[in-house]
Amino acid sequence: MSKIANANTTIKLPKSPTGITGFDEITLGGLPTGRPTLVCGGAGCGKTLFGIEFLVRGATQFNEPGVFMSFEETIEELTINVASLGFDLNKLIKQKKIALDHVHIERSEIEETGEYDLEALFIRLEYAIDSIGAKRVVLDTIESLFAGLPNQLILRAELRRLFRWLKEKGVTAIITGERGDETLTRQGLEEYVSDCVIMLDHRVTEQTSTRRLRVVKYRGSVHGTNEYPFLIDESGFSVLPVTSLGLEHKVSNERISSGIPALDDMLEGKGYFRGSTVLVSGTAGIGKTSIAAHFAAAACKRGERVLYFCFEESPKQLIRNMLSIGINLEPWVKKGLLQFQASRPTLYGLEMHLAVTHKFVNEFKPNVVVLDPINTFVTNDKEFELRTLLMRIIDFLKVKQITALFTSLTRSDCGLEGSDAGISSLIDTWLLLRDIELNGERNRGIYILKSRGIANSNQIREFDLTDKGVKLRDVYIGANGVLTGSARIAQEAHENSEMLARKYEIEFKIREIERKRKELEAQVEAMRTDFKSEETEANKIIEEEQQMMKQLEQDKKVMATSRKAEF
Amino acid sequence: MKNRKSPLIGATNTFEQSLTKPREEKHVLRLYIAGKSGRSILAISNLKKICKEYLKNNYELEIIDLFQFPDLAQVEQIIAAPTLIKESPLPLRRIIGDMSNTEKVLSGLNLK
Repeated sequence: MSKIANANTTIKLPKSPTGITGFDEITLGGLPTGRPTLVCGGAGCGKTLFGIEFLVRGATQFNEPGVFMSFEETIEELTINVASLGFDLNKLIKQKKIALDHVHIERSEIEETGEYDLEALFIRLEYAIDSIGAKRVVLDTIESLFAGLPNQLILRAELRRLFRWLKEKGVTAIITGERGDETLTRQGLEEYVSDCVIMLDHRVTEQTSTRRLRVVKYRGSVHGTNEYPFLIDESGFSVLPVTSLGLEHKVSNERISSGIPALDDMLEGKGYFRGSTVLVSGTAGIGKTSIAAHFAAAACKRGERVLYFCFEESPKQLIRNMLSIGINLEPWVKKGLLQFQASRPTLYGLEMHLAVTHKFVNEFKPNVVVLDPINTFVTNDKEFELRTLLMRIIDFLKVKQITALFTSLTRSDCGLEGSDAGISSLIDTWLLLRDIELNGERNRGIYILKSRGIANSNQIREFDLTDKGVKLRDVYIGANGVLTGSARIAQEAHENSEMLARKYEIEFKIREIERKRKELEAQVEAMRTDFKSEETEANKIIEEEQQMMKQLEQDKKVMATSRKAEF
Repeated sequence: MKNRKSPLIGATNTFEQSLTKPREEKHVLRLYIAGKSGRSILAISNLKKICKEYLKNNYELEIIDLFQFPDLAQVEQIIAAPTLIKESPLPLRRIIGDMSNTEKVLSGLNLK
């Protein structure tokens, strides 16, 4: 928001902050100081409340006292009505921070007898302003004068004078007006108050109502032009300036576990990025919530805060169901780390959901948000709106570095990827859970369709919901793809027996070689023995031969000596 | 009105009396003006003329300048100037304008 504040300093037009959550952001600072602003809208759209909150916040937060001139509700009614929003008007009146004046006009009491003006109203307003030194004024709804005074010509001239007078007086004013058929207000007040026009709307589509606010015009200032959803709740008015966010959020390199070790392994062994958006989509009963619960439990274990929006189950039911797969969420709820927000999606409109999400996130300040599931919000024909809603939620969470996990129920009759394609681009990590039908069985498969910035596994893994949570099975790939269920078990058995056979074979081989070695050694031994005996024999013969030769020599010598012959 | 707490017969008598002399109750009138503008002066003179002619002396007229007593505008629920308030006889009426339309003033004062 600091960027917006900087931009504001370059604009010369002074602005008075309203203190209304979000409104000052879309108008880059509030209402034009010292000028009247027209707030128009149909019955029950929150015009009076907008005015009251402008005054109360002004009096309490910005030290600007204010006058509320009511042409419809009496002072007592007003005080009671806004007490439910935590505003104590009586106290503020006593402190001279707010002055209330109820202008009551009874048509039947009035007789027009010639020329007149509304000077008395001016005197009355001026007296109220001066009595507390008011800087802010709200006139609610000045159009009631048209019902009370018959002479429209005089009235219009006087209104023009009134608004000019308000400007001269330098008060920041809000004038409310009932919405007309073709004009912004029934009496065309926009002709007189043209500095800033704000339109409030309360629309009902498909039996759900959404409040919206739009800055129609803001002379001398840039402003957000979209329709912004707003909420009226026990803390007053809050406008959601969500679409003003850019794609400038910080990114984290921190990785957080999905709560399922084998799934982390598929994501480089580290899990999701912090602040990323994870979508778990799949058909009914496949285990989306279980995966979400794992993630939630893992976050709580790390000491992080988790806000879990469940739109289909009550928290109690969810806790019970998760207990059956060995995930105990109850302690985290008790510790205050895990908060459930359960409501039927049909309870509010989309925008309202957005608003409610904002509110709870701002209050609870979670590290992880789970929305389970997102697509019960809408039927298929409102894909665009769902997309916008999600984009806003995602942007909002990303700015706050909150990791989000959405589950999405896909219909089995249309393509799994196709049904969520609309929101695909918003998602960082998309886990697809699919049932694999094979051999008359339905088994669960999980794979990572995409994961930005993560070298993820491309395998389709089978998983089971066991009493110890989600377990990813080893992969068996057969001729028809991944083997699952009993086919996997058969394959497992087959592989086991094959392994056994091989083992036996190896053992056999080892024995064989041993035997052969022994045989060889025996042969070598026998040959050596043969050789030895032969050698001995040969030596003996050689010795005898040599003996004989010696004998012969001797004999020759003896013979020579005897013959006295020479050699 | 004075005999509100008297017995039923008394009330009936009062009612009958009031029927026979309807014009006798005193008119209490207050004229609120915003300063001494031409319109204020015109209203005062017009009103005085009408009172003299139709109410004889049986009336009380008070002229109040709202600039002097600005708090009265809220108390008396006045937005237009000039405004003549007919306090009694009931019903309370507010007659606004410069009183130049005598017919309407008379109808506002319940004199016609």
